[in-house]
Amino acid sequence: MESMLAYYLRLGVRSLRRNPVLTVLMVLAIGVGVAASMTTYAVFRAVSANPLPDKSAQLFAPLIDVWGPQERGNGDDIPDAFTYTDAMALMRDRKAARQTAIYPLNHTLIPADVSREPFYVTGYAAYADFFPMFETPFVYGGGWNREQDDARAAVVVISSQLNQQLFGGANSVGRSVRLDDHDYRIVGVMADWNPRPRFYDVNNSGGFNDPPDFILPFTQAVDTHTDTAGNNNCYGSAGRDPGWDGWLRSNCVWVSLWVELPDSAAVQAYRDYLQGYGAEQNRAGRFHWPPNAQLFDLTQWLQHEKVVPPETRMSLLLSLGFLLVCLVNTVGLLLAKFMRRAGEIGVRRALGASRREIWTQYLAEAAMVGVAGGVVGLLLTGVGMLSIGLVFDPEIARMTHMSVGLIGLTLLCALVATVVAAFYPTWRAAHVQPAWQLKSQ
Amino acid sequence: MNLPPIIAALRKHKAGVVLIALQIALTLAIVCNAIFIIYSRVENVQRPTGMDESNLLLVEQQWVGAPSGDDAASIQKQDSMLREDLAALRAMPGVSSVTPINTIPLLNSTWGGAVALKPGTDLRGGDARTVFYYGDDQVLATLGVHLVAGRNFNAGDVTNKAFRDNSEPDVVIITKALADKLFPKGDALGKGIYLNGDTKPSTIIGEVERLQVSSNSSWVSAFTWNSTIGPVRLNSNFARYAIRTKPGQLDTVRRGVSNLLYRVNPMRVIDDEDGVRSFADIRAEAYRADVGMAVLMGVVCLILLAVTAAGIVGLTSFWVGQRHRQIGVRRALGARKIDILHYFQLENLLIAGVGAVIGIGLAIGLNLLLIQNFEMDRMPVVYVLSGLVVVMVLGQAAVFVPARRASNVPPVVATRSA
Repeated sequence: MESMLAYYLRLGVRSLRRNPVLTVLMVLAIGVGVAASMTTYAVFRAVSANPLPDKSAQLFAPLIDVWGPQERGNGDDIPDAFTYTDAMALMRDRKAARQTAIYPLNHTLIPADVSREPFYVTGYAAYADFFPMFETPFVYGGGWNREQDDARAAVVVISSQLNQQLFGGANSVGRSVRLDDHDYRIVGVMADWNPRPRFYDVNNSGGFNDPPDFILPFTQAVDTHTDTAGNNNCYGSAGRDPGWDGWLRSNCVWVSLWVELPDSAAVQAYRDYLQGYGAEQNRAGRFHWPPNAQLFDLTQWLQHEKVVPPETRMSLLLSLGFLLVCLVNTVGLLLAKFMRRAGEIGVRRALGASRREIWTQYLAEAAMVGVAGGVVGLLLTGVGMLSIGLVFDPEIARMTHMSVGLIGLTLLCALVATVVAAFYPTWRAAHVQPAWQLKSQ
Repeated sequence: MNLPPIIAALRKHKAGVVLIALQIALTLAIVCNAIFIIYSRVENVQRPTGMDESNLLLVEQQWVGAPSGDDAASIQKQDSMLREDLAALRAMPGVSSVTPINTIPLLNSTWGGAVALKPGTDLRGGDARTVFYYGDDQVLATLGVHLVAGRNFNAGDVTNKAFRDNSEPDVVIITKALADKLFPKGDALGKGIYLNGDTKPSTIIGEVERLQVSSNSSWVSAFTWNSTIGPVRLNSNFARYAIRTKPGQLDTVRRGVSNLLYRVNPMRVIDDEDGVRSFADIRAEAYRADVGMAVLMGVVCLILLAVTAAGIVGLTSFWVGQRHRQIGVRRALGARKIDILHYFQLENLLIAGVGAVIGIGLAIGLNLLLIQNFEMDRMPVVYVLSGLVVVMVLGQAAVFVPARRASNVPPVVATRSA
């Protein structure tokens, strides 16, 4: 049997060499179709990945309707962030196993060594629960604790990259950094950690940025009057008091909130709690509308925030259509190729070859086209990877690269596609009537 | 030349006919949608912002160790640093005008809000949504926008306030688009409007012809031309400056501006990459996805058409080979070369026509899918028609080579046994 397969492969090579133009056409069509699909799929996979697969089912982003239905007009969503007032109320109530309010910060870092120039750093204000909730890994030290949140401590967790830059990678726990006009004591150095999409900040950014340089206590950031570096949406400003305190008390939304809810009972309880909170605000006369609370788990949140850019989904759709056309094309060309040899098939059948053997022979020939198409596809996928940056965000382009998995998938996809395309032409070949062919000779 | 024999012959190779028709249908569906996407992206990208976009620079910088509070003393300190920078920039050789600015068109850093005709209207849906630009009395000259009615800001109009201060300016200049929306009778000049639900009116002193808002995302599409300019220096520990250079001086000023600012006050940070950008850079950045998408669609279309043409050539060649003898018989019976050529051309026209009819259906279906999922617009019929023309021409071009080979089959073939 094995020697027969080798024989079929030899026959296949001979047949493919007989019409080199047709063969090249088929190989190119398969290669191009597969490469287009693989390139766009690689981008799609990168942007639609689950950033915390083992924890995502327990992490939730709540939302409440702080502006009321009147603001939304026709069918818009409720605001995707909290006012300071509501975020603090939910933080105080501690109804979830863990919870953190978050907002993005920009600071200028002033190195202790005066000969070095100050530089920009970006990070987040968060609560102590941030680190265990999101399973942040540490090289040195760790996060701060809830008491330090309450004490509004001037502590900071820095990234390994910033630690490298400032302290040459040494254990810097206990040392201090100066961010604008305040000093912070380092309590932890994170290992390389950058879940992407950055689910906890997708309402402010695209979600694919470089990792944050630092994370410091929310309470401390508010004390130092540090503005959000993210979105700040205000619904009218009538009657708002001036200054920082006026902003904190305003109905501007700029705080993200994340909670950890370990099981479905906890989820239901939290949902009820949010609804109850809305009802309470309604009774208190703050919300003049029925309570409207939403609770998204991590993956639902990414969908709600439309993290996968429309360009990505559109080009994936397009390239699948493209692959389909290439396959239809291959079916046609293989059909032409195989049926041209109807006479030869008739002779082989008359000499005792079974249908099954014809099947094997022609599928083997198609498989060779598939493998060749896969190799071409692989090369073109490589070209595609290099040119992703022309179409997609550079941040996204940096995330997509050739991997062993992708190489395997490209070859497999080409092979499977070709064999599937070869099915009908092979079936036709196997059903050639030997008597007919011999007669017409 | 009549159709029945062609149709009778086609029924002998249904599979090939179906495959070619299907391929043409899919190609048509994808190509006309792709061309539509290209066109809408390109149209989007080519919209002028309303500014004179050449010779324009944006500088973004942050002071280090500056007071960040919003008490009166901090604000005055921040404002004096800002004015110090402005004076130095205005004195720089090659600079024609400078304004402090909170954001500029296409920067995608947006200061949005609402305009109402009644005081204290705590409603975004009030009368119009707008995007605010804050600059000083050189803002119109620096951005290069055209005042079409009323007067420009003068030095006396300009005030300063803290970045977070929500008081609104006494006077504003708005775009003609916004003025016409608020005052359809065209009498906007001198009228008071209420910004962000304020209880005190801001007077419209001028109208500019056109000024795009600072974002090009889809959420601003309803108010792309509704801009409001206020004569306010915003004080904070960071600042943006728009600089209009003299013609041909852009690169010189661009190279020198960071050093100049560091000399004025070394305690600041200007990003090496994004600190100083020309407007052309900002525009390219804002529309990169659109341009990329258009290029991608173009490439896909070309390859797709090539693949389809190759498929037609391949299958028709096979048919020509298969009917070698029949062609010879026809020639022997008196058919001219041109008759054979026409036969294959007409055959292709028939198959491509059926494919195209199916393709029109698919094209409309695909367009509906895109409308539903990607906020695309409805595709005008002209795209389907031009797609139709493209695939029919492609079919005829592709069939020509094998058809000519068929027409060269000599009549003597009929006398030979196959």
